[in-house]
Amino acid sequence: MGKVFKFDQDVDTDQIIASQYIIYPTIDEMKPHAFESLDPDFAGSVQAGDYVVASENFGCGSSREQAPTVLKALGVKAVIAKSFARIFYRNAINIGLPVIVCKELYDHVNAGDEMELSMQEGVVRANGQEYECTKLPEYMQGILDQGGLIASLDK
Amino acid sequence: MGATIIEKIVRNNTGKEVHPGEIVTVNVDRVMIHDIFIPFVASKFEEMGFTKIWDADRAVLIYDHLVPASQVDDTRHFRIGNEFAEKYGMKNVHRADGICHQLMTEAGYVKPGDIVFGTDSHTTTYGCVGAFSSGIGYTEMASILGTGTLWIRVPETIKVEITGTLPENVMAKDIILKLIGDLGADGATYKALEFTGDTVENMTVASRMSMANMAIEAGAKCALFAPDEKTAQYCGITLTEKERDLTGDADAQYCRVIQYRAEDFVPVMACPSNVDNVKPVSELAGKEIDQVFIGSCTNGRLEDLMAAADILKDRHVAPFVKLIVTPASRKIYREAAANGTLEILARAGAIITHPSCGLCCGRTGGILTDGEVVVATNNRNFLGRMGTSKVEIYLASPKSAAACAVEGRIIVPKVK
Repeated sequence: MGKVFKFDQDVDTDQIIASQYIIYPTIDEMKPHAFESLDPDFAGSVQAGDYVVASENFGCGSSREQAPTVLKALGVKAVIAKSFARIFYRNAINIGLPVIVCKELYDHVNAGDEMELSMQEGVVRANGQEYECTKLPEYMQGILDQGGLIASLDK
Repeated sequence: MGATIIEKIVRNNTGKEVHPGEIVTVNVDRVMIHDIFIPFVASKFEEMGFTKIWDADRAVLIYDHLVPASQVDDTRHFRIGNEFAEKYGMKNVHRADGICHQLMTEAGYVKPGDIVFGTDSHTTTYGCVGAFSSGIGYTEMASILGTGTLWIRVPETIKVEITGTLPENVMAKDIILKLIGDLGADGATYKALEFTGDTVENMTVASRMSMANMAIEAGAKCALFAPDEKTAQYCGITLTEKERDLTGDADAQYCRVIQYRAEDFVPVMACPSNVDNVKPVSELAGKEIDQVFIGSCTNGRLEDLMAAADILKDRHVAPFVKLIVTPASRKIYREAAANGTLEILARAGAIITHPSCGLCCGRTGGILTDGEVVVATNNRNFLGRMGTSKVEIYLASPKSAAACAVEGRIIVPKVK
């Protein structure tokens, strides 16, 4: 089980990791600034295995791959949103951060709730309920299963 | 059955019929990497074990976000970029020539029907010449550099048809802002936009660039304009039969068709802090402003600077208002200097900067602070983009921006 960190709709990549930090040489140096403008406590309180839950159009804006990378580096297990912006979605899969569309979850969980995602089943379990997710196309699930694009190229 | 422009481009590239929703692997015609992400592309490329670029002449490296360096660490990006280009034999390197999305078409790297990927989300710009171009992350860029291929999902197409004559105070920027407002920030996610109609046919390639540039703000994968004689002239080519055929067929399948009458458009602005928060300028009139920015890959072209100069001629920007003008490339800078546009702008009190991303990406040249208001011609008004998160950014056309600079308040540009 992991804890829910909840965000609204149209969360852009500047809000996930702002422009002034993406030119830091390493992801470790960027980590403390994740979601800084929306939730200054996020980076300090998120634990390995926790989840980010959002409404529509998560990750809109720039092409910065640092956005999913910094979430993965902080231990975020998956991002579950009503919908994703396309570059963020591709980047997340390529770096091995599970992202999955779930239309219902956002309206039924609160920040701090405990939940569990099964990518294989495409199901989220939270507060004694099950929520159906839209499974990834096979090709993308394949990349994710192998740990991302670099790992999949090695195969 | 007929095909949309994107379906024809992918079909020509892969040599087989394609349909929306299919995942196919395409051969990439050109890639663009900019200074912000080159260190990450370089390290991923080597981490993947590649030892050569699939075709070094197809790769273009452009320094624009950090040019000239405003912080000591910025120079690290130039050093890593130079070393990478030298090591892998990249000859197409632009170190101070302008903004990447201006240079890619201006310097002749993109032709109708090409498939192009770039490490910047506004890579959609090259749809202005009928190319399929889209933004990707640095890991995928490294993968293309090694393999020359990328998987894509063939997108559905939204057709946007615009007919008639635009009012004099309306620019292409007003059209694309209105469309984004109507579609919403995710209204075109994963989809292609295809622009058609006589209003679009009568537009310059520069105006088409402004529109294609902002397609990503509605989530679109790409934005396409059918190549025509203007495209051919801009690219310095004669269109082949295949290129001439890059139009949407009458019996092509569109997931949505949106129609506008050009006469119905009015000057609009995207209000803080979402690009789809679009309102007529008349509803915003009177709001006091601190700064105006005319520039960027959206609106830093010669016609934009000339439209601003037309309004600023023999006038002066309001006291306390800073007007910052940033031509999109060195070529545009020189043309604007040669035809007297820069003289008019400077006389009106403009601060004219070197061609680069500058203020648009919040790095340099006019950073704002809490409570300040800016009217800007670029493509994003996200929280904190041009300074602190308490800066209000209003996105507008060059005509609206110039009119506001004179007035010191938001105002509808006059029709002469």
